[in-house]
Amino acid sequence: MPLTLAEKIIAKASGRDSLTPGEIVTCNVDLAMMHDSAGPRSAGKYLDGLGVPVWDLDKLVVITDHYINSDDEAFNAIQSHAQSWVKDHDVKNFIKEQGICHIVLPESGHVKPGQFIVGGDSHSCTGGAFGTFMVGIGATEMAGVLATGEIWVRVPETVRIDVRGALRPGVSAKDIILKLCGEYGIMGFNYQALEYAGTAVDAMSVQERMTLANMAAELGAKAGYCQPDEKTRAQLDAWGATEIDIDTWRSDTDATYKKTVAIDGDTLSPQVAAPSSPENASPVEDHIGTKLDQAYLGACTGAKLDDLRMAAEVLKGRKVPSGFKFMVAPSSIPMGEQARAEGTLGIIEDAGGQVLPVGCGGCIGLGAARLEENAVGISSTNRNFVGRAGPKSSKLFLGSPYTVAASALKGEIADPREFLGEGA
Amino acid sequence: MKTIEGRAWAYGANIDTDALAPIGSYSGTGDLSAGAGQCLRDLDPNFAKSVVEGDVFVATDNMGIGSSRETAPMFLRALGIRCVVAHSFARIFYRNCFNIGLPALVCAEAGQINMGDVLKIDPASGKIINETQAATYQCQAIPDHLMGIIEAGGLMPYLEQRLKAG
Repeated sequence: MPLTLAEKIIAKASGRDSLTPGEIVTCNVDLAMMHDSAGPRSAGKYLDGLGVPVWDLDKLVVITDHYINSDDEAFNAIQSHAQSWVKDHDVKNFIKEQGICHIVLPESGHVKPGQFIVGGDSHSCTGGAFGTFMVGIGATEMAGVLATGEIWVRVPETVRIDVRGALRPGVSAKDIILKLCGEYGIMGFNYQALEYAGTAVDAMSVQERMTLANMAAELGAKAGYCQPDEKTRAQLDAWGATEIDIDTWRSDTDATYKKTVAIDGDTLSPQVAAPSSPENASPVEDHIGTKLDQAYLGACTGAKLDDLRMAAEVLKGRKVPSGFKFMVAPSSIPMGEQARAEGTLGIIEDAGGQVLPVGCGGCIGLGAARLEENAVGISSTNRNFVGRAGPKSSKLFLGSPYTVAASALKGEIADPREFLGEGA
Repeated sequence: MKTIEGRAWAYGANIDTDALAPIGSYSGTGDLSAGAGQCLRDLDPNFAKSVVEGDVFVATDNMGIGSSRETAPMFLRALGIRCVVAHSFARIFYRNCFNIGLPALVCAEAGQINMGDVLKIDPASGKIINETQAATYQCQAIPDHLMGIIEAGGLMPYLEQRLKAG
């Protein structure tokens, strides 16, 4: 029976030869990732309540990234609890404050094509960029996985997102996903698996594919993934993964998709999502001139090395208006270090960008990038719901790293193409 | 499962987890009440103050969209909500509800329920009687594989039973 990659991974994890979308199956988990917010203090506590050990310590990764970079007593209590929990449970893979979990997990060599992975965070679907089936779950469900190594899954229908042609200068993966949010809405693909494909996805860096997979969550999807290729192998190899199989873990050519959604990469404009939902996305032209108080490059979505490079392309040799708040929090420490070593962070700083500590930070309204009362911001993050990144009175627009950088230069929403390629 | 009888708190579509459980509203230790008091503070500040034991949360599409934070359904339950009824649910929120033992019912007529309507719900059969409007709605049945979890009172008590049974 021909299967999509999503079905193939679920079939392997559930010990089945064939599957039908809609069926409920029980899967064996290859890898479980949890962070300091929903991990030790929640899932860990519930596991302890059951009085059983972690089912397989080789398959658990604990990463601290949420309540960090602060003198706050409650934050520090969460960290010390997390540290004693991993010690008491002999956790083998504990990664302390090295960056955001969705980046750090693959970056530390744990992810490879064909895995069935669960993560205790809604953006866990980021791991699908590497040809895995990775889903976000809540804390009690994670405790169930820690106890049994199993989870129930409704086999999703697979939708193929076919991005044709080639993206123009100043247009990126973020614009593709915002376009989908604008067109189909934040429940547009509820419970489904999204397979991102087409010439524009093939041409994209693996880090850009992570942006597509990450924001499958903003379309309601259970998972979003790209089929692995030589670029996937090279990136995972550089991050220390072993036994990377890119040949088995592909959709069969005659697999059945619920539908194919075509996007014309050649004509796609930079997209901006207006407050207060990613589905309020439309071409940047609709928003040009909107006055801003701050711009932020951050989060798992929008401050990976490639994101910082995109911003630097726009910012090179230019300056943000004096007094304008432009902040950057790299997605992980290794990526920040590489950006520093190659001069990318220097370009951003020369333009007036302030580099903040690595972590979830401003995306969830923590740290220096939290929006103030009545402030208007633009960010490269994934969500702009009321009250997320600041108080109710604040307003947040979402855009690509290119668009955020261009907007920072003008102090108002701007089209990055003005600074790049033919327009520059 | 017991019949639930209470007033409806009826809202619209896309009630997100940042609205239900604002960041920083719960430290992860101790009781939930302080955090629960922040539930929906930006959407309806009256909700957390006035909701009582046995009430029902009603929404239209995509209830619980957003983060995986389980405090979203936990706050609703801590405030007294005994059932969530919606036209459709975001996937993690839906699973979280069952995992913490809070029934979540998919109801095509959820949009007809008004704020303050008195509802009588039998979660096991999925039948809702709207006493205020003298109407009856039939929700989708709770899927078989979730019935055991909800009858046990959530995933942890369910696993406890399974572990005891060997």
